[in-house]
Amino acid sequence: MKVKCRTISRGCAEGQVLITRDNISFLGNVDPKTGKVVDANHELFGRSIKDKVLVFPHGKGSTVGSYVIYQLFKNGVAPAAMINLESEPIVAVGAIISAIPLVDRLEKDPYSILMDGMCIKVNSSEGYVEVTEG
Amino acid sequence: MYLTKEEQAMLDGEEGETLQKAIEILVALGDIYGADRLIPVKSAQIAGVSYKTIGDAGLEWISDLHGKVRIPSILNPAGMDLQDWKKMRIDPEFAHKQHLIIEAYEKLGISAKCTCTPYYLEGFDATYGDHLAWSESSAVSYANSVIGARTNREGGPSALSAALVGKTANYGYHLDEMRKPTVLVTVECELEGSDYGALGYIAGKMVDSGVPLFILKGKPDNEELKALGAAMAASGAVALYHVEGITPEARKNKITRPEENMIIEESQIREIYDRAEPDIKDLEIITIGCPHCSPAELSLIAGLLEGKTVNKEVWICTSREVANEHFELVRSIEKSGAKVVCDTCMVVSPATERYKTMMVNSGKALAYVPGMCGVPTLFGDIYKCIKEALNE
Repeated sequence: MKVKCRTISRGCAEGQVLITRDNISFLGNVDPKTGKVVDANHELFGRSIKDKVLVFPHGKGSTVGSYVIYQLFKNGVAPAAMINLESEPIVAVGAIISAIPLVDRLEKDPYSILMDGMCIKVNSSEGYVEVTEG
Repeated sequence: MYLTKEEQAMLDGEEGETLQKAIEILVALGDIYGADRLIPVKSAQIAGVSYKTIGDAGLEWISDLHGKVRIPSILNPAGMDLQDWKKMRIDPEFAHKQHLIIEAYEKLGISAKCTCTPYYLEGFDATYGDHLAWSESSAVSYANSVIGARTNREGGPSALSAALVGKTANYGYHLDEMRKPTVLVTVECELEGSDYGALGYIAGKMVDSGVPLFILKGKPDNEELKALGAAMAASGAVALYHVEGITPEARKNKITRPEENMIIEESQIREIYDRAEPDIKDLEIITIGCPHCSPAELSLIAGLLEGKTVNKEVWICTSREVANEHFELVRSIEKSGAKVVCDTCMVVSPATERYKTMMVNSGKALAYVPGMCGVPTLFGDIYKCIKEALNE
């Protein structure tokens, strides 16, 4: 199943879905050394975002979050790709400088078609998300 | 979003990876905010300079870039006086990292002048209608409101991208319709000097990210407008305001008064000065120059300190260029024991955290120092600040 979407950061990657309804402030919520969510109040607390297709509504918090995403990338613990309901500049900029594919505005609600652990492909260069394995 | 052939080629990587990333950032932001195209900008002022703010992550990113900026580009204040950081008792490891950040920016052709008042510097003297890509919130407010130039509040990476590409996405405050006032603010008393900072501190919280149109009793000068805008951009997210009969767009265009009217009374302004907390007995440091002092402000301070000696730590913050051009004022101020601090300020330097209580004459510093630096802060006009410094 291919679902169309809007391209924010170009690229193509596959990975397992890690999905949350909580917004993410990369500065503070995520440890740039390990890629683990360290904020005890976050739905993903304790989980690693490394190599995952991270699905969340949108970013929030400090603009330094963009650089934190870059640090995750340099440390080899960044997500493989990201999907937002609606992207905002912090995560958009962080994804672009870190060469992480990022898309938003999927034609179908990501919370009804995606589940934790699913394998999916995000091809943002061509503007689609594809569920490769259910 | 429409791209020219050259822009598309850049996006496809034909001019190297740095420019590809830079234009990708501009296009992504343009898409997010519904821009129709990219437009040329005259200059860039880039945030993300203090090591305290961007840390190793930011340093790594800037160091990894290649190429040269295409338009005059300048930096936000750093975390310390770049030459005389020892007088601020900055940790040597911090100083080392801060210098690496500045060097990484310089390698890209960016001027290592670090200031929130680029409009006082040659090459950055924006004029009415100019499109800019500036970052620092008070500089953005001054450019939009006092000069009548046009800029959004760019984040560090997007301002740097605009500097490298020479363009930015055409949205927000670049467009006529986004510059119309959304709320009327009527001030019922006469104001002077730091009162404008106090007004901005109050109005910013009320207006948030709107575009206020002020009706004032007096005629503020540009330093007073600078203080007003800086405070509103800190306590709220105001990037553009108008003052009826004063600011250029309110003078040149027919501006319709918005229906929503907020009234600010003298008692609200007084409350900012008369706070009981923190206790003035704990006052350890007085800082002036948020935003960075103009030559006129340095001259006023030099006059007030002439022939006197301060009894507390005093920082007068300004840009290095203004300090160099007015070295006789700097010498006169420093004779009193006050420190003229360049390239940085009380908000972005980690040196602030050492002090128990601070006094400022800036609504912006009042909005930021207690939260960001953890230092309880008192507000006074410039005369009160100097009086406390002298222990008179």
